[in-house]
Amino acid sequence: MKRTAFLGTLTAATLLGGGAFAAEGDTLAEVKARDELICGVNTGLVGFAAPDANGNWAGFDIAVCKAVAAAVLGDPSKVKYVPTTGQTRFTALSSGEVDVLARNSTWTYSRDTDLKLDFVGVNYYDGQGFMVNKDLGVTSAKELDGATICIQTGTTTELNLADYFRANNMSYQPVNIDSNAEGEQQYMAGACDAYTTDASGLAATRAAFADPENHIILPEIISKEPLGPAVRHGDNNWGDIVRWTLNALIAAEEYGVTSTNLEELSANSANPEVQRLLGTSDELGAMMGLDNEWAKRAIAASGNYGEIFAATIGEQTPIGLARGLNAQWTQGGLMYAPPFR
Amino acid sequence: MSELHAQTVPFVRDTMLPQQPPPNRETGALHWLRANLFSGPINTILTILGLLIIWFLVSHFWDWFAHSVWNAESLTQCREIIAATWGEDARGACWAVIRERWHQYMFGFYPRELYFRPIIAFGFLFVALAPVLFSESVRIRRIVLIVAAAATLILSVMVGAPLPWLVFAAIVMIGAVVVAERNAPWLLIFSALYPLLGVWMLWGGSAWGELSVLASVALGWLAWRLSVRISPLIAVIAGVAVTLALLLFVAGDAAEDLQSLIPLDITAIDSDQFGGFLLSITIGVAGIALSLPLGIILALARRSDMFLVNKLAVVFIEFIRGVPLITLLFVASLLLNYFLPPGTNFDIILRVIIMVTIFAAAYMAEVIRGGLAALPKGQYEAADALGLDYWKAQRLIILPQALKISIPGIVSTFIGMFKDTTLVVFVGLFDPLKGISDFVRANFAWKGVYWEPFIFTGAIFFIICFSMSRYSMYLERRLQRDHR
Amino acid sequence: MSDITAPAQPSFRPSMLIYDRRYRSLTIQVVVFILVMAAAWWLVGNTIQNLRAMGKDFDFGFLWSRAGYDIPSPPIPYTSNDTHLRATIVGLLNTIIISFLGCIAATILGVAVGVARLSNNWLFARLMTIYVEMFRNIPLLLWILIIYAIFTEILPAPSAYRGDDPAWSMILFDNVALTNRYTAIPTLGLTNDPGELDLGARILIDWATIAFAVVLIGGWFVRKAVLAWAQRTQDRTGDRPTTWWINLAIMVVPSLLLIWYFGLHLIPPELKGFNFGGGLNVQNAFVALWLALTLYTGAFIAEIVRAGILAVSRGQTEAAYALGMRSNKTMNLVILPQALRVIIPPLISQYLNLTKNSSLAIAVGYMDLRGTLGGTTLNQTGRELEAIVLMMLIYLALSLVISGVMNIHNNRVKLKER
Repeated sequence: MKRTAFLGTLTAATLLGGGAFAAEGDTLAEVKARDELICGVNTGLVGFAAPDANGNWAGFDIAVCKAVAAAVLGDPSKVKYVPTTGQTRFTALSSGEVDVLARNSTWTYSRDTDLKLDFVGVNYYDGQGFMVNKDLGVTSAKELDGATICIQTGTTTELNLADYFRANNMSYQPVNIDSNAEGEQQYMAGACDAYTTDASGLAATRAAFADPENHIILPEIISKEPLGPAVRHGDNNWGDIVRWTLNALIAAEEYGVTSTNLEELSANSANPEVQRLLGTSDELGAMMGLDNEWAKRAIAASGNYGEIFAATIGEQTPIGLARGLNAQWTQGGLMYAPPFR
Repeated sequence: MSELHAQTVPFVRDTMLPQQPPPNRETGALHWLRANLFSGPINTILTILGLLIIWFLVSHFWDWFAHSVWNAESLTQCREIIAATWGEDARGACWAVIRERWHQYMFGFYPRELYFRPIIAFGFLFVALAPVLFSESVRIRRIVLIVAAAATLILSVMVGAPLPWLVFAAIVMIGAVVVAERNAPWLLIFSALYPLLGVWMLWGGSAWGELSVLASVALGWLAWRLSVRISPLIAVIAGVAVTLALLLFVAGDAAEDLQSLIPLDITAIDSDQFGGFLLSITIGVAGIALSLPLGIILALARRSDMFLVNKLAVVFIEFIRGVPLITLLFVASLLLNYFLPPGTNFDIILRVIIMVTIFAAAYMAEVIRGGLAALPKGQYEAADALGLDYWKAQRLIILPQALKISIPGIVSTFIGMFKDTTLVVFVGLFDPLKGISDFVRANFAWKGVYWEPFIFTGAIFFIICFSMSRYSMYLERRLQRDHR
Repeated sequence: MSDITAPAQPSFRPSMLIYDRRYRSLTIQVVVFILVMAAAWWLVGNTIQNLRAMGKDFDFGFLWSRAGYDIPSPPIPYTSNDTHLRATIVGLLNTIIISFLGCIAATILGVAVGVARLSNNWLFARLMTIYVEMFRNIPLLLWILIIYAIFTEILPAPSAYRGDDPAWSMILFDNVALTNRYTAIPTLGLTNDPGELDLGARILIDWATIAFAVVLIGGWFVRKAVLAWAQRTQDRTGDRPTTWWINLAIMVVPSLLLIWYFGLHLIPPELKGFNFGGGLNVQNAFVALWLALTLYTGAFIAEIVRAGILAVSRGQTEAAYALGMRSNKTMNLVILPQALRVIIPPLISQYLNLTKNSSLAIAVGYMDLRGTLGGTTLNQTGRELEAIVLMMLIYLALSLVISGVMNIHNNRVKLKER
């Protein structure tokens, strides 16, 4: 099928479009027909999405893709990862090139409305922070007046930075950089006094330094960066599937469902919410056009939200992020899955 | 008188002097130094300047090269090894990253057990190019073919190619060497088949797809052949129509049916698994090969007397040459979906190849136009005198000569395009220079590795481009001599 | 008298549209026109349909909304409160600046290297060959990244200039500080400031700048007049009056007067807080991109120059020597003018390439047209169709202007064949 599509497009049939997948319409049916989920991801961001030496993608955002694939197709490995840049990501989604965008994208008003995307939830509550060298003697972002600041171009962080310094009546000299790797290079060499990006990115960057103890992340968080997966506007059922897959992962942590006790709980859990989640009672899956064990498979793919967090970016990993805002609401965080009923 | 004469000439030598060796300063190394390095104050300054540059480069980079680490699992480990071996302040190169990731720089995410397929496909490329590029000198063609055959087979064995493939590759490559010796033009048949063979080997899947395309083209040719007696125009229309109709409506289904009857497939590879130099070479070669016919048509159109045709060609060529490739790549990744019928969607590599083809075609048109202009006017007049019509004149007289003298230009265009394929990183593809490096650095172990990948990829680019440019220069000199 | 009539004009038959040469070209053109129109109609139709399906429109209104992002050292006043349109113009100006400076530097470097490669100094000629081959055969993107990284790694942070015994000190009589962020250079200050001319849109030009420009341009015209006078005198009397000191005076004296009148002086950069202030900080992204473009294009120009010089036949050199000319005069008066005819056409395409290659600025974060309009603006507004179409049109216009100007120049220096 794909091969004929390729040949067709290679020849004059280009214009008539081989293996065409409609931009609008029923994404679930397409994914099932294709037997593969196409997931837009970052071209490489430590902890969130990066391929290893064997080309296997892994990371926090990747886990969302795998969970959706497991829920819909029954196999977490049936995902095709399409790397997208900051500039191509939303077009890739709206043109139908990818089914879901799991690429640390900030949920903002204009993206949700004007760009015709639907953010289905938040898988990581981030915020923009600053990292400085200890020798600088700076302890607050308010002391950065006149500083040179490394900033990735074309992202919301650029706008936040401009707004923050304007609001505080301070000046700065931006050093625009193209990718995170270059930002680190510049910061390490002292080409900028401060490096600003999402706090998670700062932590990951700092952890990889030869001398992490010499760098501090300033206490100010100057923006809200709710990062979450997005789908195309208009296909509500598909949006529901991605949204509730994410919610299932979060709820699973709340109810103590992990990848290890999954089978045991689905067989003999007394908690009705867990029963509904794992499909042992009620028929929740059918409401979205899936079978009843969708959530069970999603959780089995790489564990519940907490397990994914711990395995990819948590305190046991070199990146060492604390749960913070991303803890369960019962633990004082913001992770709060609506009830499964 | 004679006495007077004897007095004015006091001495006349009556024997020949033996030849003396030139003075020391005019021979040997000293003379060479004086003549080539210190022949005047300016030259002396230049020489000293040159020596200073060399000293500067060597003194700054030698240590770094000398302190190379090849065996390490991560950058931190590299740093530890360097610190342990050469002292705390030593700086050194961590080539371990190349050792661990070289295959991704070369092949991207192409499955490791199938590396032999691109290698053999690349080897076959030389066979396909031999009658075109290397037809100038039998000796060079022989060397190229033998070296390509040997390298392909050795590399295939090294990456563990299965026996049937090895035998297949050996038959084709050794066969090509033999055929080239006996009847070189026969290799052109292989060149014509190579695009389909190459696509099949790289992307895999069922060979029936390629075979059905081949059959469509063959049937189209047959239709042309049968109707050419009636009218050349009708014949062309019939040929194109038959080919297109078969490709669009029959080929796909036929291929699937045949596949279910007689399976003839190898593992299919999605284009998103292409990366690194494999991606660059694929885009570059596909772009050049596809842009050649388009470029010829554009060049002929630009030289046409027909006002509208001429102006359209000029507008197209100047438009494409007036915008940076990167904007065309953005069109490929962001806008192509707007221009095509709703719901059309095909993979980004194909879209990039289309835009690169359009880009290359504009440059190719200019190169071929140069070739056409360089032909002596007598050739055109001779074709007219023979009563050949326009297409016959072009096909039999003009284009064969014009294309031949354009080959160096075409090779230069290819070099330029091959280098430009690094720009695909800006639309999210994994080019060897930045795309692969960026995600390698996104792995915690290699965060902060900077120079080693650059030097590695830069060296490979240099080797490929330098040898191509040298060959094209050689060809240029040879072709010039032919035309004197 | 047999009546010999002209051969009967065959009446027009439809088949003549194809087989008659007179009509065939018309037929082909009509067919091509229809095909092109159909393709255009098809593309536009698809675009409209797609836009409607996505609920978008084709509207350049976004250019007048607030940009919200900052641009490092913009050539005209710009803040994040300005519009996307102004950001676009800033980007365009940055593109023009880098292209212009790049073309000039690449030409100088290219000519020098091209001549040096033909030098009889063995070592230097080899070094130049290595330079040319290195830069011609490795992608520009790599050079940009490497040069930028070298700046970052080798030069010190501004803090290295701090303290009583700083690790680094400023060069050129304490006027220039090289740092890994920017090169701090002095600005010009006026003690007797005549005020500024307001061109509107917050673009101000100092009257002193205008005065200098007027004096220099005027001086150039006077110099031409003096040269013409010298030529006339030479034609009349055979003696050419010495003019170099007149020319020098014309160019220098009024400028010196102006400098004295306005009290022009240098304001050296000073380390204030985190960074140098007072002077002008030229970002490293700019310098690195400029250097990379210069070195890369310079290598190509060197080859063009070398080929041009080699294309001048050896007899010309020998004839010049026979006339008693020295080698630098031979080069300047005999070889180069002839070589230029061969050099200029490919040089034009190198200038065009450089301008187009400047769009790689994004790799080092230099905010050119591609970085503003095609980068942040596109990304923030999501108007990819409008932004890219506009960007392509601007680049196209730039290319056409460059090739237009250079072609005019080319026609002037072209060998006048009689």
